[in-house]
Amino acid sequence: MIASTLAGFTGAALVGLGLYGLIIEPHPLRKLLSFNLVGSGVFLVFGIVARRGASGSYAFDPVPQAMVITGIVVAFAASALAVALILRLYAETGGVSLDADASTSASPNSDASG
Amino acid sequence: MSILPLLDIELAALVVMVAFGTIAARTLFAAVVSYVAYGLLLALVWVRLFAPDVALTEAAVGSGVTGVLLITAGKRLVPLRGGLPQAKVGRGLKLAAGLVAVLATAVLSVAIALLPDPAPSLAPQAAAAAAGPGAGLGNPITAVLISYRSFDTMLEKVVLILAVTGVWSIGRSADWGSRPATLGKDASAPPMALLARLLVPLGVVIGVHVFWVGADEPGGAFQSGALLAAMWMVMMMSGLSEPPRIGGRSVRLALIAGPAVFLTVGVAGAVVADGFFAFPRSFAKPLILFVEAVMVLSITVALPLLVAGPPSREAEP
Amino acid sequence: MTTLANIVCIACISGGLFFFLAGTAGLLRFPDALSRLHALAKADNLGLGLVAIGLMFRANTLLVAMKLILIWLLVLVSGSLTAQLIAARVRRVRK
Repeated sequence: MIASTLAGFTGAALVGLGLYGLIIEPHPLRKLLSFNLVGSGVFLVFGIVARRGASGSYAFDPVPQAMVITGIVVAFAASALAVALILRLYAETGGVSLDADASTSASPNSDASG
Repeated sequence: MSILPLLDIELAALVVMVAFGTIAARTLFAAVVSYVAYGLLLALVWVRLFAPDVALTEAAVGSGVTGVLLITAGKRLVPLRGGLPQAKVGRGLKLAAGLVAVLATAVLSVAIALLPDPAPSLAPQAAAAAAGPGAGLGNPITAVLISYRSFDTMLEKVVLILAVTGVWSIGRSADWGSRPATLGKDASAPPMALLARLLVPLGVVIGVHVFWVGADEPGGAFQSGALLAAMWMVMMMSGLSEPPRIGGRSVRLALIAGPAVFLTVGVAGAVVADGFFAFPRSFAKPLILFVEAVMVLSITVALPLLVAGPPSREAEP
Repeated sequence: MTTLANIVCIACISGGLFFFLAGTAGLLRFPDALSRLHALAKADNLGLGLVAIGLMFRANTLLVAMKLILIWLLVLVSGSLTAQLIAARVRRVRK
């Protein structure tokens, strides 16, 4: 079973990496990328639970795998919604920062749109 | 004395290194490209975990379509390149974030190491569902998705529709009903048009094959839907087709067809078969394939609409 | 007979790995986007082709072998057309 425990530790490492990126990155799209990293790490942990559930004639437990498949599609849908929100924020304010005193809105680059 | 454990260790190290490269990349484009490569490597890890269906979905949706989404978004944010948020990330915040990350990793690793040893499993129930109420499907994951956990799958399709509605609502009220912006600036580059003309017919055939074969072998509705959605996105990016008007009747019908048909069949199951969302024994496999086919149509329409984004007035012809 | 098939398979895959290594070295070390595209084309065409041919010897049925060749052809087509698109953009940006 070494493949599954190794994959489990990989999933844990990915969750940690993703959390670090989520907190550190200033750009919202890169925050979204780190969030996706966290998500895929969690799915990997699901995967090892599925692999360890081998019993009878199956080499794996199909229920967690089915959940991961729907989870991947739902995570993409959430990412698409987040991207639409970020783009609308950019169209309205000219910047992508949620920070009230970040100096983007006054910068000359932001009215280069159009 | 097999070489496979060594391969597993190498693969795990590669995945973590490329993920680290995603976080540490200097530009957004480099980060997204790293993420796509990471998704493909992760698909290999899934294969090693005996999950080819999940590997297909991860490669198609997790890394492929998400990569298209992020690169399209990055292109629309290009005028901002010089003016990224100036919030300085101080050393204290980095240290605190690092501590949180290490703590999360440690807790998760301990939980994994302490997983119960005769591992609990739903495999017997799933096997019963696959062999049982007339389903007769050779792929246990398709059996779980459509027969054992059918309600979850239908609700997941509804979540997709909610996401599409949400993305549409983010546009301006004056733009409601018009087309989303085109997917690519190089909308008429000749190599792109040639790529579309060569890939799309072949891709459609492969997509339908993945759906059909998913009843008995790795494959299925989600993977096939993602492939067909990618083919439509290639057509939109090459200028051979345009994002549809969101007020159009055919677009909306195609979107809701999947969950609507699924719900109708499920409710009819209470009357005709054993119970809510049960399939009649003698007719199960054709009915399951029909429901899956309509699901593929809905997914094929929903994913490119999610990537295309909210409607915008300046895209009107 | 199977020993011969295994030897040919290993030889082909090793040849393919050599081209992948060369292509990756080119990607990392060449100074220019266009020359990097050139190196990548070698990895795609020759490297993947040799690996696919090597794997064909281990395929169980003719259908699987044909699928491997189809995969190689698809990567050829999309790789070369994508390289054209990237090169056109590089040239446009330089002007």
